[in-house]
Amino acid sequence: MELVLTTHFGNERYRFAETYEQLGGYGALRKALSMPKEEIVAEVRKANLRGRGGAGFPAGVKWGFLPKDLSRPRILVINADEGEPGTFKDRLIMTRGPHLLIEGIAITCYALEAHTCYVYIRGEFVREAEIVQEAIDEATAKGYLGKGILGTGFDLEVTVHLGAGAYICGEETSLINSLEGKRGWPRVKPPFPASVGAFGLPTIVNNVETIADIPWIVTHGGEKFASLGVEKDGGTRLICVSGPVKKPGVYELPVGTSLRSIIYEHAGGLRDGKALKAVIPGGSSTPVLRADEIDVGFDIESMQKIGTMAGSGGVIVIPEGTCMVRALSVLMNFYAHESCGQCTPCREGCGWLAKVLHRIENGQGRNGDVELILEVCDNMLGRTICPLADAAVMPAQSFIWKFREEFDGHLREKKCPYGNRF
Amino acid sequence: MPNFTLNGISVDVPEGTTVLQAAKTVGIEIPHYCYHPNLSIAGNCRMCLVEVEKFPKLQIACNTVVTEGMVVKSDTEKVRQAVTGVLELMLINHPVDCPICDQAGECGLQIYYMKYGLHKSRFAFEDKVHKKKVQDIGGQIVLDAERCILCSRCIRFLQEVTGTSELEFFRRGDHSEISIFPGRPLDNQYTGNLADICPVGALTSKDFRFKCRVWFLRGTRSICPGCANGCNVEAHFKEDIVYRLKPRRNDDVNRTWMCDPGRLEYKKANEARLLTPVVRENGGLKAEAWEAALSFAAFRLWETVEAHGAASVAVIASPAFSNEELYLARKLAEEVLRTPNVGFSPRSSGNGLSDDFLIKADKNPNTRGAQLLGISEEKFDDIVRKIEGGEVKALLVFGNELADFPGERTAELLSRVPFVAQVGTNEGAVSLAAHAVLPSASFVERGGTFTNHAGRVQRFWMGFPPRGNARGGIEILVGLANRLGAGWTFAGEASVFRAIARSEAPFAGMSYESLGELGQIAGGKG
Ligand SMILES: Cc1cc2nc3c(=O)[nH]c(=O)nc-3n(C[C@H](O)[C@H](O)[C@H](O)COP(=O)(O)O)c2cc1C
Ligand code: SF4
Ligand code: SF4
Ligand code: FES
Repeated sequence: MELVLTTHFGNERYRFAETYEQLGGYGALRKALSMPKEEIVAEVRKANLRGRGGAGFPAGVKWGFLPKDLSRPRILVINADEGEPGTFKDRLIMTRGPHLLIEGIAITCYALEAHTCYVYIRGEFVREAEIVQEAIDEATAKGYLGKGILGTGFDLEVTVHLGAGAYICGEETSLINSLEGKRGWPRVKPPFPASVGAFGLPTIVNNVETIADIPWIVTHGGEKFASLGVEKDGGTRLICVSGPVKKPGVYELPVGTSLRSIIYEHAGGLRDGKALKAVIPGGSSTPVLRADEIDVGFDIESMQKIGTMAGSGGVIVIPEGTCMVRALSVLMNFYAHESCGQCTPCREGCGWLAKVLHRIENGQGRNGDVELILEVCDNMLGRTICPLADAAVMPAQSFIWKFREEFDGHLREKKCPYGNRF
Repeated sequence: MPNFTLNGISVDVPEGTTVLQAAKTVGIEIPHYCYHPNLSIAGNCRMCLVEVEKFPKLQIACNTVVTEGMVVKSDTEKVRQAVTGVLELMLINHPVDCPICDQAGECGLQIYYMKYGLHKSRFAFEDKVHKKKVQDIGGQIVLDAERCILCSRCIRFLQEVTGTSELEFFRRGDHSEISIFPGRPLDNQYTGNLADICPVGALTSKDFRFKCRVWFLRGTRSICPGCANGCNVEAHFKEDIVYRLKPRRNDDVNRTWMCDPGRLEYKKANEARLLTPVVRENGGLKAEAWEAALSFAAFRLWETVEAHGAASVAVIASPAFSNEELYLARKLAEEVLRTPNVGFSPRSSGNGLSDDFLIKADKNPNTRGAQLLGISEEKFDDIVRKIEGGEVKALLVFGNELADFPGERTAELLSRVPFVAQVGTNEGAVSLAAHAVLPSASFVERGGTFTNHAGRVQRFWMGFPPRGNARGGIEILVGLANRLGAGWTFAGEASVFRAIARSEAPFAGMSYESLGELGQIAGGKG
């Protein structure tokens, strides 16, 4: 099986430039610097590389949104906020293969004619940030970054910026505000970052994994990358499997690998003879799947067809014996806590959902509460500045649609059948 | 000029117009809280959702720029439900303490609830998030964080208009609340505007709080008399007491704002008013009927001209009076009394405040008007010298003070003049010394025009007739002039303004109609 990212992640020294170089690292950058810029972008388009941050937007298409004229400097921002519950892949890249990211940054910036790149790393990732900074320093010393990269006239400065611990700062415009030293509030769009982004300049925001894929695409060609995946979604993905499976962890798998094989083959199936009850496939914000819905390829289109999303590749395995009301309640607490508080529907709605779920779980639900949740969801979905409200609504709706009897049971029995209480 | 369709109506708008703005021009209301015409777009309240063809999701009208051929609907069931839904969410953590809220009657939540809400509360009262109430945050403002709908208008105002940024959001989610930073209260001269732009009762005016329920108030369009900027305002009153001034939008003058000192100018219309003509004779003061007081004053002026010649009489006009009144005062001096002694006494500051935004150092609303009507400040200095030299035997003074003179100086000066008649609104050094006090109407009790520092001639309108026994300045001047044999036929400020437009070059071609609500620049240019 062809791997794009993790081939050498077992090698402790792979994070150092010397070893990275010995294993072929920075060859892609040399190649890229001899290519016309448009050709690099064309290869990325051909690669069908879809954003790995959650929305799955085609990277090459997004790059095309930059204004054509070069009168204003352009900025590349790497989203290393990795806040989506169930997702822990970007930290693996940063700690095991930081030079993949840096080489990707250098190639992307060269292709986009950006001379400034910020790597926005979530505040809790202190060690990750140190490793990335060390790698940047090494790369700069070796002439891969800084003034006149590898003897060309191309300058590039890469700066690491630590966030302060807010899920919302993973949303790209909120991230930009935070980067500028402002409150981490998503911006109203339009204007989109590609025209008015960080410090008012044209800006591209990409996820760590998205950019780490770039060197391989340049080395092997876009078509080769595309062929690893499915029709409109190329390459491999880092899939994070969590929950009571035998081998939780990050797996690099071709896009389109079936969810069943991810859980049962790669992650070894459930522990302690537990049966599968449900799966949240793409990070906590994606609609939940029942155990009988996992014969689906892990790619953007297939997931969409069955009403969920590949998201950020965070597969959360939920075993039988889990109270779905409690599980949803915990999720809603997260969104209520993390809503930035800017838009009315999200600010008030997330808190309301959390409170209603809380009382249902505690056996104090009122008649009509389940319908009430669904109506509040309707009033939130698609009505806000950023998709955080949708991210709260999608699990809420899908949990109720698919496990309605558990919610009704709590109301009927006036307690949690699993004996839980907050 | 893109053309688009709104609820089936075809509308042409200038490039860059948003759907919300365009709707307003054709009289379609799109509910909104965070949008404000003079602030940047925040798009956070989500009240202005509309359907835009080709967009699967509802769009916010405040941030949707009209493009050619766009088809927008704001009157569909889907939109209505969305607006009701947002409103319901807005109210779940709101304390709904309208009975003790000063905003009641002019509250955005009440207004839209009646129009778009009318839902039953489905949220348990005990679950509400509570926040701090009644916080004095400085300036003219009290904050009740619990009533705040977090529209960020106040924050944007302090960032974009005053540049002082004293307010910010704190915390997240439904615990978000606005506040000042610890130990840093509001510190600018425009805080009163926060109470105006806050759509709810979260920011209320310390000065106005609990004085009067707003539904008892009536209003009139007016001009702030506090300085030469001439901010357009509305004066709100109940019967003959004024309760507050609120800015009225005029993008060429004050946008939607006014300063804090200006906001308190209304008090002069209520307090220490001269309300009855008074005559001082043989050392005693006597309230008089108007006929008697005017005849007395006219007689003493005539007598002085007869005895000492016209040059012994002086008229001190005031730039706090309207163009119409100043014009008649000059006419009285030049054509009736035939004295060369006419000038205006400038009231400067008291607080010396000025900035490069609205507040002007010249604390008179009509200095420019006086100048354009050929009345000068230098002439005032000249008159003062003549008073000191004992040359002035009779004086007609407009206004309550002489320039910035301390009370003793005014008293001393006026004591040198055998006869002083005053036309003024408030008690002060002049009324204490005058032999005839002719009480005149405040700025809310009469109509007229002021010319601001930039030469903009702006109308103000009468809200209610002069309080007590006071009279409009025009009526007083006509009364005096005719008693001196002038035969004037002016009736009301419009007739005087027509005369000004005929004879005074800077005002040529103007009329009350052409001035409209927002005024015109004198001389046809800046
Ligand atoms: C609430 C919220 C949180 C997000 N958090 C992250 C994150 O932690 N990391 C990330 O890469 N993208 C995150 N995103 C997605 C970004 O907004 C953006 O789409 C992404 O960084 C674009 O990169 P990509 O195209 O390479 O995926 C988040 C989005 C939302 C709405
Ligand atoms: S949807 Fe929620 S998180 Fe996103 S901007 Fe609005 S309030 Fe903030
Ligand atoms: S205090 Fe008023 S103006 Fe400020 S955010 Fe709250 S509701 Fe809006
Ligand atoms: S007025 Fe448009 S979102 Fe508030």
